[in-house]
Amino acid sequence: MIDTLRLTAEEAKRLLDAREVSGAELFAAYRAAIGDRDEELHCFLHVCDDPGGDGIPIALKDVIGTKGIPTTAGSRILEGYLPVYDSTVVQRLKAHGLRILGKTNTDEFAMGSSTENSAFGPSHNPWDPSRVPGGSGGGSAAAVSAGLAPWALGSDTGGSIKQPSALCGNVGLRPTYGTVSRYGVVAFASSLDQVGPIARTVRDCAFLYSIIAGRDECDSTTVELPEHVELPNEDGLRGLRVGVPKELNKAEGIEPGVAAAVEAAIAQLEELGAEVGECALPLSVEFGMPCYYLIAPAEASSNLARYDGVRYGYRADAEERLEMYERTRNEGFGDEPKRRIMVGTYALSAGYYDAYYGQAQKVRTVIKREHDALFETFDALVSPTSPTVAFPLGARTADPIAMYLSDLLTIPSCMAGLPGLSIPCGLSEGLPVGLQLVGPQFAENTLFRIGHALEQALGFDPVPERLRA
Amino acid sequence: MAIDRKQLLHVARLARLELREDEIERLEGQLNDILAAVSKVSELDLSDVPPTSHPLDVVNVWEEDEPRPCLTVEEALANAPERRGDFFKVPPGGAA
Repeated sequence: MIDTLRLTAEEAKRLLDAREVSGAELFAAYRAAIGDRDEELHCFLHVCDDPGGDGIPIALKDVIGTKGIPTTAGSRILEGYLPVYDSTVVQRLKAHGLRILGKTNTDEFAMGSSTENSAFGPSHNPWDPSRVPGGSGGGSAAAVSAGLAPWALGSDTGGSIKQPSALCGNVGLRPTYGTVSRYGVVAFASSLDQVGPIARTVRDCAFLYSIIAGRDECDSTTVELPEHVELPNEDGLRGLRVGVPKELNKAEGIEPGVAAAVEAAIAQLEELGAEVGECALPLSVEFGMPCYYLIAPAEASSNLARYDGVRYGYRADAEERLEMYERTRNEGFGDEPKRRIMVGTYALSAGYYDAYYGQAQKVRTVIKREHDALFETFDALVSPTSPTVAFPLGARTADPIAMYLSDLLTIPSCMAGLPGLSIPCGLSEGLPVGLQLVGPQFAENTLFRIGHALEQALGFDPVPERLRA
Repeated sequence: MAIDRKQLLHVARLARLELREDEIERLEGQLNDILAAVSKVSELDLSDVPPTSHPLDVVNVWEEDEPRPCLTVEEALANAPERRGDFFKVPPGGAA
């Protein structure tokens, strides 16, 4: 009997290599788990049949293009769209024999922090189905947490891997900007979007990252990794310097239970031999949110211009062309993409460009410089990933700005293009608390090392209490 | 800076969105809230700071100009809402 709630990808690989389970048995075990639990959780928008082979199964956020498999980005405007090619990350997964279990739910065009903006209905948190799994990649995170997939890919623009990983008790990596190809991935904000892994352990997360990372000639923003990905082994952290930015740890809105779990984990870092010191990001946190909510919508308004009813996707009936564009886009997009298209178009329009978009790009420089300066002293920065644990469905849907604040602590490092790892560090009110580790560009190995040592020391059980046997 | 109904309709036209009346009313309030929040960026004097458009130091990434396999006409048209022969078919243009 395969216990998909506890099986790591690493262990699955060992079982497959030793022929203790067949590829078909393994795939069927996950399909059975999906059959048992996905009606309640709604992690998947599309479930695939076993393509055959002996590789480890994987779930993919539905912004990742898959040849012949529906790819909707959580939007009506792409309902029924069947990509005619595989994204580069999917080509790499297939080259490693990995098998696609299905496509997971996401806020429409990855715009949101709860999956409640999905045109196909929200996903639910496996720890408490009355609560959100986070977002935008809530379907991937909830699927891994509920044992519906051993691991998954998400995409992260301002926190869409790290925040749902935190709310569901998973390990999630937003890689350094430029290390993972976006070719074939539905674009949201191109100077920020990154694809990355969600897993149950830091070692699985590192292994999946090693499969997808590296230069792709089809994405000119990608670069070769300066060093190989190392699967972390060490338990000690002697010689590592970890900074605790006070603005990321004392921000208004951080729940006491979240702060307490993270403080305990920071004390654990010291016990493991790390040198821990307080530091500051005076402007990055205060100005990160407004900077992000200008730059991301501006880029989104441009990227989403392609949905015009001409070449693919939904088309509304109309007698003439302009009417067709306007009606298609208004009927095809949900509220959040429309809000962001409107904000972005306004911020880029004549007369406002310098005050909004131009100024936000300068703030971005300030944020990058502040982080760069801290990495002269520290190897990594630590903070909560999300100010709160998973919140009830509906709690923030009426107020866009309350929803935007979900990403307060993940946004600054995203703006600077830095890698961030979220690992579970305890419970608050019976729900997982995520700890965020941020490093300088290309420092994934350092984050994996710290994350792994902390994971071993904390002994967090990633299986939701209500699903434990 | 606040956005009024006239500007909102202008921006919607630029973005090719035909908003319904109830959406216009709701969006007017929400956009003004969002713009008030993001306008915070203007509090900083950054006249001497260069802009960052992209977090990596890569410029002018060139590839050799060599032909490679690409989508066939049938693949490119496979998702077309409407086609005629080897073309995407669209309604005739009206007054812009």
